[in-house]
Amino acid sequence: MQAWLDSLIAGSELLQQVPAGLIYTIGILGACTLVLLFASLLAGEVVWLERRVAGRMQARIGPNRVGPQGLLQFLADGLKLLGKEDIIPATADKAVFLMAPVIVFMGAFAAYCVMPFGYGLVPADMNLGLFLILSITSIEVVGVIMAGWASNSKWSILGAMREVAQMVSYEIPLGIAALSVAILAGTLNLTDITLQQGGGIWNWYVFRGPFGFIGFFAFFIAALASLKRAPFDLPEAESELVAGFHTEYTGFRFAIFFLAEYAGMILFAMLTSVLFLGGWYTGIPGIELDGAGSRWIGFGVLFAKTSFLLFVMIWVRWSLPRFRIDRVMYLCYKVLLPISVLCVVGAAAQVWLGITLAGGTLAAPGEGGFADWLAGGRP
Amino acid sequence: MSDAGHTPGGGDVAERDVYTGAGEPAPSPSSVHERQELVGRDLRTEELVLNIGPQHPATHGVLRVVIKTDGEFVRELEPHVGNLHRCAEKIGESVPYYQWLPYVDRMDYLAAMCNEHVAAMAIEKLGGVEVPERAEYCRVIIAEVQRILSHLMAIGVYGLDLGAFTPFLHQFRERERGMDLLDHISGGRLLYHYIQIGGVKRDFSREWLDELDAWLASVERRLPEYNTLLLNNRVFQQRTAHIGLINEETAKRWGVTGPGLRAAGVDWDLRRDVPYSVYDRFEFEVPCGESGIAGELGDCFNRHWIRVREVEESLKIIRQALAQMPEGPTMAKMPKSFKAPKGEIYVRGENPRGELGVYIVSDGKPTAYRIRCRGPSFSNIAVITEVARGTMIADLVALIGSQDIVLGEVDR
Repeated sequence: MQAWLDSLIAGSELLQQVPAGLIYTIGILGACTLVLLFASLLAGEVVWLERRVAGRMQARIGPNRVGPQGLLQFLADGLKLLGKEDIIPATADKAVFLMAPVIVFMGAFAAYCVMPFGYGLVPADMNLGLFLILSITSIEVVGVIMAGWASNSKWSILGAMREVAQMVSYEIPLGIAALSVAILAGTLNLTDITLQQGGGIWNWYVFRGPFGFIGFFAFFIAALASLKRAPFDLPEAESELVAGFHTEYTGFRFAIFFLAEYAGMILFAMLTSVLFLGGWYTGIPGIELDGAGSRWIGFGVLFAKTSFLLFVMIWVRWSLPRFRIDRVMYLCYKVLLPISVLCVVGAAAQVWLGITLAGGTLAAPGEGGFADWLAGGRP
Repeated sequence: MSDAGHTPGGGDVAERDVYTGAGEPAPSPSSVHERQELVGRDLRTEELVLNIGPQHPATHGVLRVVIKTDGEFVRELEPHVGNLHRCAEKIGESVPYYQWLPYVDRMDYLAAMCNEHVAAMAIEKLGGVEVPERAEYCRVIIAEVQRILSHLMAIGVYGLDLGAFTPFLHQFRERERGMDLLDHISGGRLLYHYIQIGGVKRDFSREWLDELDAWLASVERRLPEYNTLLLNNRVFQQRTAHIGLINEETAKRWGVTGPGLRAAGVDWDLRRDVPYSVYDRFEFEVPCGESGIAGELGDCFNRHWIRVREVEESLKIIRQALAQMPEGPTMAKMPKSFKAPKGEIYVRGENPRGELGVYIVSDGKPTAYRIRCRGPSFSNIAVITEVARGTMIADLVALIGSQDIVLGEVDR
């Protein structure tokens, strides 16, 4: 982003008159708006996708009236929600109540800024990209507990309790499973992680050894749970807790919660694609999609992978009953956590031993690793 | 479920809740300072009183359950009924018998035909009305169709209670066609007034019987589909097996009947053991609870499983009845104004939810002197007071769902 702006400034005399800081600020704001618009539109469309797929799975049709095939349904729904009365319960803690949706929304959307959508198509190419995503999405928990507490409703507080327990727990296997990729890649920069997966399909981290493969499933399941998607949708289990932490929210505040949930879904589907499924690469050697024009095709490829994962999420949601809270915790601490730790240890051993699999290159093979150690160097 | 093993945060609840300041006077936290001191010394927790219903998605109508929870655990529970009281019994004392039958439909509105069947039998027995044989077959067929519809609803809604939305909508596909069937024969989709004193309103037509055949085949074909979504689903089994145990002794003590009783291992079905109408002419099995695929006797899984198998048995009964059906009239000669002689009668029948009993006292007038119904849902919901203690909130939902109550019948 900065490099692009620098080249823009260098190429234009007019821009050289303007202070560079201002251009950067405007550039960043512009990029943020773009990403926000993109993510919101996408979230709206995923809502449509979910409803259509659910309809098909449930022997009914789903929304098909607004726009072609009902594609604009989310706009109509948004308008409807905008027109609704904005109710703040009399006993609610008003300031916290109003702030909660904003924080949840922020947590879900801010993470998009480090997402490599295509070759060079990344709003902020950060060295700590993966770390930023994992930390910024965990802000959502704060918003949820604020919503649950401020609503002053028993359903809300029970939902928030479940949500916090579940999300905080599942962030551990989620982070650790992501760490196994970071170890294999030797970087937390999402662009670099993707670049290492170029070439054949065997270079994708999901196929690079057993630990990437197991890690992929651990990461995806943990992501499902931390997104509170069914069958882990206990925080908003409608047959138990009415609507969980957003029981008392109406109108557009509710819409924001709703949008944030779907934005989170897309984010994690995209992150899984980037970490494990080769990001924008097609998996066919020779088609690299890193040219000025073809990077947009790369974006399309990433989008296709994301859509597939989203479809899996929807598919799972509409076929399984809900877990009980103790089973959810069991799955987290006794199943996913050991598996993801195994992945990290295995990935570390793989790197240390310098095992390259399927012709791919591992980060710094041998450097300070097993080969060096054998040669008498310090491990 | 034992308390100690499942208490979140560890420790016995009784110990945690009782202040054990040995030798000290009981604290009265009047000032902030004192309260803080108390929290520092011994963190006190409070039970959360949760009012589930009358408007709540899991209570199947307007049931209100007040529960005391400790975190996710239910400590105490009290069902409050009476929100759907529509005086079905009392109305029977002021309208003629003919006019009372439609009110019976509205008690258990998911099994209207079965209600009518039992109520009509009671009035006929009291008045000494002879029902034509063909009418009896019509009644059995239509009551079994109703039983399938009711069980389909119970199976699907149980999925909804546990968070699986899809089986709920899938069963509605079959249910919709079944309701069309009843609509074509009686003119109503939910409440029919098809079974009348002395017989049934109209005979089956050729087209209707073809429609029925097609529907039976589709139910038979689709039932395994529902089983893959629920019965054989691992998550479903985890949610229902060993949950909400109602053992034989508890079930008998609370008067639980129907699938709930059979799930507890009691081999009891009025259609076979105290046959009424023409049920003694058919061969069918009475599914009983077992620890087969998953779970144990008397748990939620078994109650669900019994409903699934009862649908299969109902299919058998309908097919046998269709094959045996004699020709003849479907309505007895009835007087314009029907009066039952002095006396009293108690007739019971096997409804989808259990035993429906109708008790009528007549003093020889066109209206009954007193009518009293024994609704199975009432006993089936009462038992949760005892069973749900110590379960989790999610299990409570699973338990209420597995009892498959209809509030219209609880309150009558």
